[in-house]
Amino acid sequence: MKRFGGQATFIDRDDINTDEIIPAKYLTEITKIALKPHLLEDLHLEGQLFDPQADEIQNANVLVTRSNFGCGSSREHAVWALEVNDINLVIGKSFARIFRQNMFNCGILAIELQQSDLDVLFAMPGEITISVDLELEAITAISDAPETEAHTSPFTLNGFDKKLVAAGGWLNFADQNY
Amino acid sequence: MGQTITEKIFAAHRRDTPAPGNMVLDLDVIMCHEITTPIAIMDLVEKGMDRVCDPTKIKAVIDHVTPAKDSKTATQAKIMRDWAARHDIKDFFDIGQNGVCHALFPEKGFIRPGYTVIMGDSHTCTHGAFGAFAAGVGTTDLEVGILKGVCAFRAPQSLKIEVTGTLQSGVVAKDIILHIIKQLTVNGATDMVIEFCGPVITAMNMSSRMTLCNMAVEAGATSGVCLPDEVTAQYLWPFIKDEYDTIEAAVNDFTKWHSDADALYAKNLHVDVTDLPPQVTYGYRPDNVKDIDELSGTKIDQVYIGSCTNGRIEDVREAAAILKGKVLAPGVRGILTPATPSIYSQALEEGLIKIFMDSGFCVLNPTCGACLGMSSGVLAEGEVCASTTNRNFNGRMGKGGMVHLMSPASAAAAAVTGVITDPRQLSS
Repeated sequence: MKRFGGQATFIDRDDINTDEIIPAKYLTEITKIALKPHLLEDLHLEGQLFDPQADEIQNANVLVTRSNFGCGSSREHAVWALEVNDINLVIGKSFARIFRQNMFNCGILAIELQQSDLDVLFAMPGEITISVDLELEAITAISDAPETEAHTSPFTLNGFDKKLVAAGGWLNFADQNY
Repeated sequence: MGQTITEKIFAAHRRDTPAPGNMVLDLDVIMCHEITTPIAIMDLVEKGMDRVCDPTKIKAVIDHVTPAKDSKTATQAKIMRDWAARHDIKDFFDIGQNGVCHALFPEKGFIRPGYTVIMGDSHTCTHGAFGAFAAGVGTTDLEVGILKGVCAFRAPQSLKIEVTGTLQSGVVAKDIILHIIKQLTVNGATDMVIEFCGPVITAMNMSSRMTLCNMAVEAGATSGVCLPDEVTAQYLWPFIKDEYDTIEAAVNDFTKWHSDADALYAKNLHVDVTDLPPQVTYGYRPDNVKDIDELSGTKIDQVYIGSCTNGRIEDVREAAAILKGKVLAPGVRGILTPATPSIYSQALEEGLIKIFMDSGFCVLNPTCGACLGMSSGVLAEGEVCASTTNRNFNGRMGKGGMVHLMSPASAAAAAVTGVITDPRQLSS
């Protein structure tokens, strides 16, 4: 099975919508890789435009955010834009339904954490690396800052979503079962 | 324990339970448009799986950018066109016959009470107005739907919203749904189906019910739904008259889908609309909603009337009633895009298009266009649009633009005054 986790980047805002993740003007692309330079290009954080070329997002495999991530349009382009930028895991308080399903349908992870665990992750200093144990249903965040303790947070995966991840996505699962 | 309409539809379509709390449903209709379908088609071709489960269940349209604006959109359209021909998909709507999917497909009678419907489009929830379970999905779900005729969902919870009271003249379904989204917030209905009921809904025509259900997703809902009744049967009669002897017989049959009196709801909400004034959004979230007088005087650059939310004939009439005999305020651009060719044609017949043109509006062909900032009326940085569409996200209609969502009457009032204006001040 695919391995999940890696270096994390943090975006501290609720309700990031799919128009912000990938603006509609790029929906005319018919290859996923064409979306790569445009991830989160219309995202505003406290009035400032997000820089998709910044090292924090360019080097990340994990995106940690707040609640209702991926609301709005059904466009799976939002998931592909993450995927082609090597992000295989989004962690948040909650997700919009279609976005969450699109993640698992592509065989990658959208993990919901308790508010308190999320607050700990946001407060950790230094560069954070996150690993996932799908059997135990726990993620562990390790900081490179001195004297910072690792933090392990439990999560619950829906039984069906677990099968999708094991199968490598919904098309594979459906082809085998229906 | 009784069941909700959604639980009844799920039970009737359940193919499998792949894990507790999850169901794989047989689909009645798989709808496709040229933005989210071509990548699904190309992926299926690449994997040697270029098949369709049943061409009669597939309804396809080119609607988001049409006629094509550039080579990329022309290519998307061509992929759809070739695919529809290759698989003998008869219900494919191309230039001349095409319109905004969620207005066009109901018009064709494709959606019936009790149906399961998916599309790679978040506003698929619109079709819940017919007493169907209709959900927006991503491209992978669409791919599996096309190939296998199934889609997986978590067993949905329902949120019941009872709408009572007497609507003031000039206050319409769009105002009600904006008011509801404000109360629910943008994720207040996540993983739920919103069931709209009560005397105000019963008295509504299908167009208004579609406006309500259309925006259920803006509160995070999986779908919206209305219980199918005589209004539904009247609308569908041309398509179902061979199945039933009388309209009453159809209405009776539809009651099999109605929620039971003892059905269980995750949440209940009561909304009295008696004192509700027209509603308008501010900011960048659809739950940022205020009474119109709190925003009146806000200067606008463009008015956009159209979309799957408010591009139907009733919406065109509502706006035309305000515009009649008036002209656009200086410096304001007006755009009308009737949502389908038959709406356009009907508006021509009723003299409504002339009213729009005489007032200075540009009348476009049916398309999704500027609603999502893809074509036909994109905003420049710093511009403000009074719009009958469904999303006011930052950049939605163009980078740096501001969108105020409102009813067709409110948008028309803004068009003639140049500022956000209570339409009740203008109607005679």
